[in-house]
Amino acid sequence: MERKEAFQTFLITTFIRISGYSTIFFVGMILVFILGQGLPALKEVELSSLFSTRWYPIEGFFGILPLIGGSIVVTIGATLIAVPFGIGTAIYISEIAPRWARELLKPLVEVLAGLPSVVLGFIGIVSLSPFIREFFNLPTGLSALTGSLLLGAIAIPTIVSVAEDALDSVPKEYRDGAFALGATKWQTIWTVTLPAAKSGVLTAIMLGIARSIGETMTVMMVTGNAPVLPTGLEAIVSPIRTMTATIAAEMGEVANGGSHYAVLFFIAIVLFLISLVINIAASAVVFRETKRSEKILS
Amino acid sequence: MNLALAWAEEYQNIHPNISLSVTGGGSGTGIAALINNTVDIANASRSIKDKEIENANENNVEPLEFVIARDAIAVIINPENPVEKLSLQQISDIYSGKFTNWSEVGGEDRPIVRLSRETNSGTHVYFLEQVLRLGDKENPTFFSPLTLLLPSSEGIISEVSQNPNAIGYDGLGYITDEVKVVGVSQVGSTEYIYPSVATVNSGEYPIARDLYMYTNGQPVGEIEEYLNWIFSEAAQEIVAELGFVPIIK
Repeated sequence: MERKEAFQTFLITTFIRISGYSTIFFVGMILVFILGQGLPALKEVELSSLFSTRWYPIEGFFGILPLIGGSIVVTIGATLIAVPFGIGTAIYISEIAPRWARELLKPLVEVLAGLPSVVLGFIGIVSLSPFIREFFNLPTGLSALTGSLLLGAIAIPTIVSVAEDALDSVPKEYRDGAFALGATKWQTIWTVTLPAAKSGVLTAIMLGIARSIGETMTVMMVTGNAPVLPTGLEAIVSPIRTMTATIAAEMGEVANGGSHYAVLFFIAIVLFLISLVINIAASAVVFRETKRSEKILS
Repeated sequence: MNLALAWAEEYQNIHPNISLSVTGGGSGTGIAALINNTVDIANASRSIKDKEIENANENNVEPLEFVIARDAIAVIINPENPVEKLSLQQISDIYSGKFTNWSEVGGEDRPIVRLSRETNSGTHVYFLEQVLRLGDKENPTFFSPLTLLLPSSEGIISEVSQNPNAIGYDGLGYITDEVKVVGVSQVGSTEYIYPSVATVNSGEYPIARDLYMYTNGQPVGEIEEYLNWIFSEAAQEIVAELGFVPIIK
C-alpha cells in the first residue's frame, strides 16, 4: 500500500515538475528560433539602413525606426488611458462598491477581457475612427489615438483583475486600523490599502502595458499603418505603423529565407526584448517592495 | 488566385470524374512550375517575360498564352468630394506626395488622405508600376510614406465612404455605391474614361490588366476541354461574380 502511494506521489510530482520546466523550455525555444531567423538580418541589411526611417520592404528599404516609434506611441497612449481607468475600477470594485455592484461588475470585466480584438477593431473602423476624425477635425480618423483608445480598452480588464486581486488580499485589519485612527474612506484607500497592495498593482500596470504593445489585430485595423517616424506631439493624432501590425501584414507573403523575412524576425527580436525589459522592471519593483515590507515587519 | 480556385471547383462539380488541383504562390511561381513541366496550366496576372520563354524553350516547353479574364482597378473617392476625374499623372502625383491638397487637382480645400493596399498585395505592386511610375521601369517614384496601408479591400471602401478627404483604389468588383469612381485619362489624352466591362475590353480604361493562363504547347484532351469551358459563358459568369472583367468572345 505504502509503495503504491509513494509511486503516485512520484508520478504527480514528476508531472508537475515537467510542466514547470516546460515553460522555461518553450521560452528558450522561442528565443532560439527568433534569434536564429532574425539575426541574419544584421548580416543582410546594413545597420545604418536598418535603423533608418524609411520602411518600404518590397524595394529594399528596411528602416525599422518608424515601426518602433509607432508601437511606442500607441502603447504610451494606451497606458495613459488604461492605468487611471483600470486602477480606478479596481479600487471601486474592491473597496467602494456595494456587494451587488461587485457581483455585477466582476463578470462584466471578464466579458470585456474575452472580447476578440478583431471585434474591437471593427467597432474602431466603423464608429470610433469617423468620430475621432470629426471631433478633432483631422484628415483621417485612422490614427494612433484611435489605436490607443482601443488598446486602452483591451488593457483595462487585465489591469482591473490583477489589481483588484492585489487590493483584495490586503488584510482587513489594515483598513480597520486606519478607520480607528479616524481616517476617511479616501485617506484609507490612498495611504493604507493602495500602498499595501503596491506590488500587485504595479504588476497589473506592467501586464497591461505588455498586453497593449503585443496587440496586433486591432492596431492593424485602425492605425492606418503608414510607416512615418513619430516626431512631436501631433504624432498621437497621425497614422502610424506598429511592429506587430507589420509582422502580421507582411509575414504571410514573404519569401522564406530572404532579407525581408529576416528583418521581420529581427522586429520580433526587438518586440521580445521590449517585453523582457517590461517584465524585468516589473519583477525588480515587486522584489524591492517585498524586501522593504519585510523590514517593516521585523 | 480566387478565380482559378472558383473555376476548378465549379468544373469539378460539372465533371466529378476529373480532378483539378490549384496551388498558389504568385505569377512567378506558376510560370516557373510550367517551365519545369510540373504543372499543366500556369495562372499569371502578368504576361510571361522573354527570359522565361527562353528558359522554357531550353526545357522543351513551349508556353502558349491565353487571356482568360481582365482585372480593372478603379480609383475611388468619397461621394461628397466634387472631383470627377483625374489624369494618370495627377493620380501619380497624389500618391507620390507631390499634391497634398484636393484644391491642387480641382477640388475643395481639403487635405488628401491616400489609401492603398498592403505592400504584399499584387494590386499594390501593379498600381506602383503602372500608375505611380506610369509603366516606366526606370521611374523611381514611390508611394508617399504618409500613404495609409490597409490590410483589406473592405477597409479601403469603408474609409473612403466615410472620409471626404480620402482617395483609394480597388478592384472593380469590390466597389460599392457608397464610394465614387473617378474617370481616368491616359497620359497625353484629355478623354476621361470610367471603368466598366466595355471600356476595359476595348482597352480604353488605362488601369486594367489581363489575366493569363499558360499551357505547354497546344493543349489537348482534358486540358483543351477545360480551357474551352473557361471561355464559355458559364465560366465567364464566375469571372464577373468575383469582380473581374469577363472577356467577350
